[in-house]
Amino acid sequence: MSQISQYILPVAIVLIVGYGAIKKVPVFDCFLEGAKDGLTTSAQILPALIALITAVGMFKSSGALDLFTYALRPVANLLHLPQEVIPLAILRPISGSGALVIFQDILQQYGPDSFIGRVASVMQGSTETTFYTIAVYYGATKVQKTRHTLPSALTADIVGFFMSALAVYWLL
Amino acid sequence: MMSWLFTGMLVLSLLFGILNGRMEQVSISAVNECSNAVTLAIQLAGVMCLWSGLMRIAEVSDLTGKLSRLFRPVMKLLFWHLPADSKAAKAIIMNLTANLLGLGNAATPLGIAAMKELEKISPRKGIASNEMALLVVLNTASLQLIPTTTAALRLAAGSAAPMEILPAVWLASSMSILSGILAAKFFSRLFGKGAD
Repeated sequence: MSQISQYILPVAIVLIVGYGAIKKVPVFDCFLEGAKDGLTTSAQILPALIALITAVGMFKSSGALDLFTYALRPVANLLHLPQEVIPLAILRPISGSGALVIFQDILQQYGPDSFIGRVASVMQGSTETTFYTIAVYYGATKVQKTRHTLPSALTADIVGFFMSALAVYWLL
Repeated sequence: MMSWLFTGMLVLSLLFGILNGRMEQVSISAVNECSNAVTLAIQLAGVMCLWSGLMRIAEVSDLTGKLSRLFRPVMKLLFWHLPADSKAAKAIIMNLTANLLGLGNAATPLGIAAMKELEKISPRKGIASNEMALLVVLNTASLQLIPTTTAALRLAAGSAAPMEILPAVWLASSMSILSGILAAKFFSRLFGKGAD
């Protein structure tokens, strides 16, 4: 399976460029034109990245996470979510790299094939870094009012977390 | 909404920094993390340029048009008001395809391109349209069919069957995506025409 995934990226790139060449598109000039736009976009999203990553970094190092973990313990018990994965559930939407570190800790401490390890794996594999996505996507536009984006995205995250535990109960 | 989130996190980190006696770490993060953001943006600029360039080739050669005809039923279901052959619709399809294939690095630039196209046709400037919100929600949930990074980390940690989580991942992520879509459709009414 991981063999296949190594092929996807190069094949996709060659497919796009090759198809363009067959259709007699000036592929190199088109690429440069598009890449120039990419550079502008990168500069546009930088302010949003700085704001979000700084805030998340300060939040993480203040130890606020411990309190949230403690506060959510009864909720987790009620829903059969092992409490060892609560820090992962809290960190997953706000920090991709932070979640990765906690995920690796959990795998090391409880083993990847234990119940806790499996729930953490499913959580890690079935959600994305919500805050980062929102900041970067809207950062490239002039949108200030994101309306229902954050509540909807968090709804998806919360359902995803509880379903991770349930799915491991039911399927594995 | 993002302003509240930003303020909230900063106030909480000050509060907990004082309570936990971790003000030194908090202030170190404040200095370090903003530079880390720049490093990240530079790393991102590479893939951003690569995929913006490839996207342009796919547009001119009408590869995106071919893909969009293939995905038309899905698009009709999710993005009701978006004309299927619009530039925005094509960009969204490229973004969703990249997500499904697990090309996370490609999905971000393609998704941002789609956001910009959606912004161009949005009637109310500065306010997210329902289509923009839905696209972001789809990207905050995971559409990836094979979670390769997670599987690789499981393998590295000595798992006997790193891929055994697949059915559970599919169930959890499809329920998560479904509830995200429903929430986006439902909440869009609550948040009216621009209340934040």
